[in-house]
Amino acid sequence: MSMNTEFKPKIVAFCCNWCSYAGADLAGSSRLAYPADVKIIRVPCSCRVNPMFILRAFEKGADGVIICGCHPGDCHYSTGNYYARRRMTLLFSMLDYMGIERGRTRVEWVSAAEGVKFSNTMNEFVDAVRTLGPNKRLGDLRCKD
Amino acid sequence: MHGIGVFVCHCGSNIAATVDVKKVVEMARLEPGVVHAEEYQYMCSEAGQERIATAIREKNLKGIVVCSCSPRMHEATFRKCAEKAGLNPYMVEIANLREQCSWIHKDIEEGTEKAVILARAAIAKVSLNTSLLPGESRVTKRALVIGGGIAGIQTALDIADAGYEVDIVEKTPSIGGKMAQLDKTFPTLDCSACILTPKMVDAAAHERINLYTYSEIEKVSGFVGDFTVDIRKKARYVNMDKCTGCGVCMEKCPSKKALSEFNSGLNNRPAIYTPFAQAIPNVPVIDPTQCTKLKTGKCGICERFCQAGAIDYTQKDEIVTRKYGAIVVATGFEIIKLDNLEEYAYSQSKDVITSLELERIMNAAGPTKGHLERLSDGKAPKNIVFVQCVGSRCDESKGKPYCSKICCMYTAKHAMLIRDKYPDVNVTVFYIDVRTPGKNFDEFYRRAVEEYGVNYVKGQVGKVAPQPDGSLLVHGVDLLDGKQLKISADMVVLAAAVEPSPSVRKIATMLTASIDTNNFLTEAHPKLRPVESPTAGVFLSGICQGPKDIPETVSQAGAAAVKVVGLLAKDKLLTNPCTAKPDELMCNGCGSCANVCPYGAISYEVKEINDHGIRENRRVAVVNSALCQGCGACTVTCPSGTMDLQGFSNRQILAEVDAICR
Amino acid sequence: MKELLQDGTVNRVLGWKKGDLPYNPEPAFFKSAEELDEFIYDGFCGANLSKYMIAASALEGKTLVLLKPCDSYSFVQLMKEHRVDREKAYIIGVGCKGKLDIERIKAEGVKGIESISGAEIDGDCSTLKIGTIYGEKEVAYKDAMLERCHVCKGKEHRIYDELMLESADTLDSGRFEAVEAIENMTPEQKFAFFKNELSKCIRCNACRNVCPACSCRKCVFDSTKFDSAQKANVDEFEEKMFHIIRAFHVAGRCTDCGECSRVCPQGIPLHLFNRKFIKDINEYYGEYQAGNNVEDETPLTDFTFDDLEPGERR
Repeated sequence: MSMNTEFKPKIVAFCCNWCSYAGADLAGSSRLAYPADVKIIRVPCSCRVNPMFILRAFEKGADGVIICGCHPGDCHYSTGNYYARRRMTLLFSMLDYMGIERGRTRVEWVSAAEGVKFSNTMNEFVDAVRTLGPNKRLGDLRCKD
Repeated sequence: MHGIGVFVCHCGSNIAATVDVKKVVEMARLEPGVVHAEEYQYMCSEAGQERIATAIREKNLKGIVVCSCSPRMHEATFRKCAEKAGLNPYMVEIANLREQCSWIHKDIEEGTEKAVILARAAIAKVSLNTSLLPGESRVTKRALVIGGGIAGIQTALDIADAGYEVDIVEKTPSIGGKMAQLDKTFPTLDCSACILTPKMVDAAAHERINLYTYSEIEKVSGFVGDFTVDIRKKARYVNMDKCTGCGVCMEKCPSKKALSEFNSGLNNRPAIYTPFAQAIPNVPVIDPTQCTKLKTGKCGICERFCQAGAIDYTQKDEIVTRKYGAIVVATGFEIIKLDNLEEYAYSQSKDVITSLELERIMNAAGPTKGHLERLSDGKAPKNIVFVQCVGSRCDESKGKPYCSKICCMYTAKHAMLIRDKYPDVNVTVFYIDVRTPGKNFDEFYRRAVEEYGVNYVKGQVGKVAPQPDGSLLVHGVDLLDGKQLKISADMVVLAAAVEPSPSVRKIATMLTASIDTNNFLTEAHPKLRPVESPTAGVFLSGICQGPKDIPETVSQAGAAAVKVVGLLAKDKLLTNPCTAKPDELMCNGCGSCANVCPYGAISYEVKEINDHGIRENRRVAVVNSALCQGCGACTVTCPSGTMDLQGFSNRQILAEVDAICR
Repeated sequence: MKELLQDGTVNRVLGWKKGDLPYNPEPAFFKSAEELDEFIYDGFCGANLSKYMIAASALEGKTLVLLKPCDSYSFVQLMKEHRVDREKAYIIGVGCKGKLDIERIKAEGVKGIESISGAEIDGDCSTLKIGTIYGEKEVAYKDAMLERCHVCKGKEHRIYDELMLESADTLDSGRFEAVEAIENMTPEQKFAFFKNELSKCIRCNACRNVCPACSCRKCVFDSTKFDSAQKANVDEFEEKMFHIIRAFHVAGRCTDCGECSRVCPQGIPLHLFNRKFIKDINEYYGEYQAGNNVEDETPLTDFTFDDLEPGERR
């Protein structure tokens, strides 16, 4: 937590309503702290997360984006997270290919019972993004020198 | 949107202790569209709700944001409150200041800053909300049960007893299913036919149950509450209204070469047949692949002997179209083919049999009239070896990865029955584990071991080798002793794995019900909705959902019936309005959205589209909002953004992203 | 072709017609036998005509369309997406000996081009003889070929009613070499590479217009649903994300026809985006070629229970 007191990263967390959002609620009711840098957006399912949302977040100055959904096999809609997994695998690989560090994007499966995992995941993720420093890159991709 | 009200809850000190509530109110007032912002101790209390309602009425609010606890806690409360005050309930958004903020942050400055941002995001979202109304759809008050085994019969009886009409579609000539083939049932050892046949009769006699035997599902369209199903009634070549069930035709039929399906192929049946004596309906069918008259035009003996004049060689398959509100799948199981498990010599020796074949041999109405004898020479066996987990818990190249669940118990049953009736017969059972998790199950198994002296050996059988003298040499291993065993047996019984009836794949496709890699139908939720398919209006009963024994099947059948009755009791269905909505003007009709829809809610229609004055016929996606559950998978698959999700639209989510990153 | 047009089997022919320069033929519909006098098919006819069949499928009667082997993949993919009507197409699968890139010829230092010979499809396509105002020059056919032809998918048509003309094998380099080279860079180098390339983009939309997979009735970048359409807006979302999203939208559907890179007036190697997705799909989910047939599940609308997690490698 004391790694870089100056830099407060902006972290957007997309959480599916049924598992991960409930996991975040559990982290809250169990008073398991994680940095205030994390702001959660509730979506019905991880498969609702459009790559546009992620790119938009980066473009607007987010330093990291994390997507949380039900564990594979437990999706409320049975198959949503499987599609999300493929989409995010490809998208994050593409971002990496373009020089946007892999550490700024993450997918994590968090169940409604995993308040501890939610909190730990957010702590780790924020630490990782802090280490990488502010993300100027995506917002800067097409600027003429 | 102008006219947003923001209500910040203290939640006693739960929020107010680490969030400066006044500051959140103050900052919220600065957001575009906000005309009212206030704070209160407990927004969810009667007084709190009254404040919200008053503000909605007096300030003519168009949308509200409640900054409080998790929406999972009180979203429904505040939606109701808004609705009472005349505001559409979907014009409410919640900022989760308690679970996501005050409870986890200790520093008041940090907490307040985050609370302001969370409120800002909710305000940004609500300003793009639209009023949503739940849809309505009608309910046809009749249920269809696919499969007429014990699962289907029980489900149908329970639904019919509750006052609703039920049709059972059974593909074989009689209802009864696999249970009719069983001799005795564990753990009570009562005769299977004695407990099943009364139920079959009840079903047939029930005024609200209609049987379509020797029939198959041809086509399914529609959705929950309003399915339309085409049923193919296969030609029986026997007039059901005229036939008296006297059975003379079966006696006289000269073509008796077909293997009896009911007796697991162990003996023959005539070309005109009922599967078994207690068949319901007791009307035979003519097997067109066996009947000389139908094949060559010569014969006609049954027609000559039928005094009722019921034989009709000109009958054709008939398609019946019926409407249903709910569909129950109860297609049951088959025993796997043992082609990939040649080590057990099933195809090489007549004395290596499956447990289902043993059921028929043990049954008084079976091919050996209930005498335990070897099929090769009719001699009484002296040493019998049972092999469990044949194709269950097995490498997928050879069998099934799952536990078939019923084999441990029926093997104990067989062993016990044999030892009881033929005390001089040695019985050895090879097992991996003995699994007996059911009421009185373990006691039953222990009785087999302790009272009946069945020799249980923990270990697997590597090979069954038929010997020149007709005996079978069983090569096994005793894992507890660490010894290789060679047992000379004169009969080997294989507890072959169960698998879902092969017909289920086609049926699942027609119903758009999802199916797992083992062809078992998937539940809507493995724990909380175990008898419902993810496809609304489709329910699961019996082994089609997973291996289970008779008591479990009957309980699941009852549970499925309750779900069906709960559905049919409604006159209209209200549908969740947060569903996918396509923009016809933009739709390519490419089909990718339907590919990812788990509910089969998307179909394609050719419609006349007026695209800015140009009228043309286009293939476009249509969402059935009665089926759509609002996951949003389609919205991301669609490249043009034709599909959007109401309540979680692209613009709403982007507005939240922007508000957070601002 | 003339006979099929005259006997009414087809109502029109979709092919290429001579351009105003020796190297810029353009796609064209021919409605009569006379119009067909302007028809041409040579090494410069790179344009993939399958996309035009979307519009042609809405027209009265059949359209005779000429498809090169690689274009036939696009046609099958469009069939799979219900965008083209097989019944409305009479497909002549034409042979291909590699398509030419005028920029490569110019890069050889050839200027003032007046005429080019040696690009005829019935010739041996080994040497181009180029008449210039400075005299005649020679360029090896192979050296003038488009990048995509060096990584050719094969010269077999996936769909046709009739075949015409011989093909020649042109595959001589690895399809994913360029992608791998980028993958091996440091994040800084990667970023610098793409920043340099994408900064050239003038958002002329040529890549979008030519792409058979990018054939939405309304592009998401022209739609109000994502707030991504307002060019005049302070919002620069569209400008920055266009190429990533475009590649994502065609991922699993892109047949790698290479038209995007061919038509880019700024010479941005756009195929490097698409090919990265193709490479990843192949590696993660098994070899997949879009447009191979109409039956295969598209990788992004399919899954297996044990797919890799994002970031995991096999």
